[in-house]
Amino acid sequence: MTAKSPGTTSGASSRLHPLPVRLMHWVNAATMFIMIGSGWKIYNDEVIFGWLYFPDALTLGTWAQHGLLWHFFGMWIFAINGLCYLTYGILTGRFRRKLWPISPRELIATVRDALRFKLGHDDLTHYNAVQKTLYVGVILIGMTSLLSGLMLWKPVQFSELLALVGNDFQFVRLVHFLCMAAICGFVVIHVSLALLVPKTLVAMITGGPRVPSAEPPVSPSLKPTGPS
Amino acid sequence: MTKIKRFPSLFRPRGGVDQSVLEQNKGLVDQIGRRGLFRGTMSVGALTMLTGCDWGDGGSVEQALRAVSRWNDVVQGAIFRPNHLAPTFSAAEVLKPPRFNAHYEIEDVKPVDGRTWKLEVSGLVNDKHSWSLVEMMSLPQQEMIIRHICVEGWDYVGQWSGVNLRQFLERVGADLRARYIAFRCADGYTEALDMATALHPQTILATKYAGEPLPDPFGFPLRLRTSTKLGFKNPKWLTAMEVTNTRPGTFFGDQGFNWFSGI
Repeated sequence: MTAKSPGTTSGASSRLHPLPVRLMHWVNAATMFIMIGSGWKIYNDEVIFGWLYFPDALTLGTWAQHGLLWHFFGMWIFAINGLCYLTYGILTGRFRRKLWPISPRELIATVRDALRFKLGHDDLTHYNAVQKTLYVGVILIGMTSLLSGLMLWKPVQFSELLALVGNDFQFVRLVHFLCMAAICGFVVIHVSLALLVPKTLVAMITGGPRVPSAEPPVSPSLKPTGPS
Repeated sequence: MTKIKRFPSLFRPRGGVDQSVLEQNKGLVDQIGRRGLFRGTMSVGALTMLTGCDWGDGGSVEQALRAVSRWNDVVQGAIFRPNHLAPTFSAAEVLKPPRFNAHYEIEDVKPVDGRTWKLEVSGLVNDKHSWSLVEMMSLPQQEMIIRHICVEGWDYVGQWSGVNLRQFLERVGADLRARYIAFRCADGYTEALDMATALHPQTILATKYAGEPLPDPFGFPLRLRTSTKLGFKNPKWLTAMEVTNTRPGTFFGDQGFNWFSGI
């Protein structure tokens, strides 16, 4: 889908989550199962923490080589889908509209409201500060996991990258692992909240409510204000 | 590739997975295969098996994944930088003794007698005479202190010396436009290199570790060491090498590990 230019109005509207976003979201969700499941299989062959093995039933692949086969298949989908998502988010202005700015004061207030179960969910089209933080955070972590994965896959061909972290291969392995852990944490929160407010889950399937197809060019007098 | 687990998990089946059930129900399993239930497409059934169930060696899913793996070989060949050197380290960082890796335990290593040992050289070469250890040691020696990275994820710094493989190939009049070098080992292990890796400046036929003749578990009298491949692509106890255009099968590659396995 091509991005509509800000000029094309004629009352045009699109969904909260346009089709490309939904497609990329679910492709990524499936890919996460592949990458994390196979990653756990690979991890088990040489653990970082002596107390931590992942149960075989939760890993992907019969033996280590099958875990590796899955991982080096999934990496292409993860990377290509992720790059498409970033390109789309930047070119259409979706990132700027939905994820920015993040106000620290609003963040604290939202966390407080959430803990008191006072959070409003009436307007799906506006992300609160916690959502914005989580989404920006998981995008950055996804990028870090891709980059650290590249450094683990090709520490010699891309030795310049490894040199940036003092040539410490095991450090990169730890970073790659921690990215996985952070993504798992994100998934737990993200899925729990989606299930608590099911219409958000439905919106990621059907597209959700209609919204103006594109923001008008931001003029000084029409700067977006905080949530009403 | 040692399988020693210092801290076995509670979830880990002791003594591996019992395969006898498969044997007992072989007829049933074969029947399922003939029905071709899971063949060809991703069924709902196949999806439910995504969490670690055995769908059989050589199943269609594994075949598809292996096809991707061959594509990954192509990609790795394309991004390979023929003259880009791997980082090197100081002698103080060298691990002594090095860490053992094989598909069996270190106690099961069968030492090779260096006095009777020969390296056979065959395939697309002019000089097909077999090399003794004394002959190998008389060739110009090269030393490098490089990182060894195992496919499992561990690494260590090792100090290796021996004969530069490119110089050796030139010496025996090998066809350097050939595509592969296949290696055979005293323990039956097989490995292979693409020619670009074989010609890399940090690819050697090693005879020494940390200035001493290779200890038995680490490949005495001769092993391959290259800075641009995972550990298992550095075969030990070499007995034969062949220059060829036919892609050689390899011990771990045939089991589904990536053939190129460059780093």
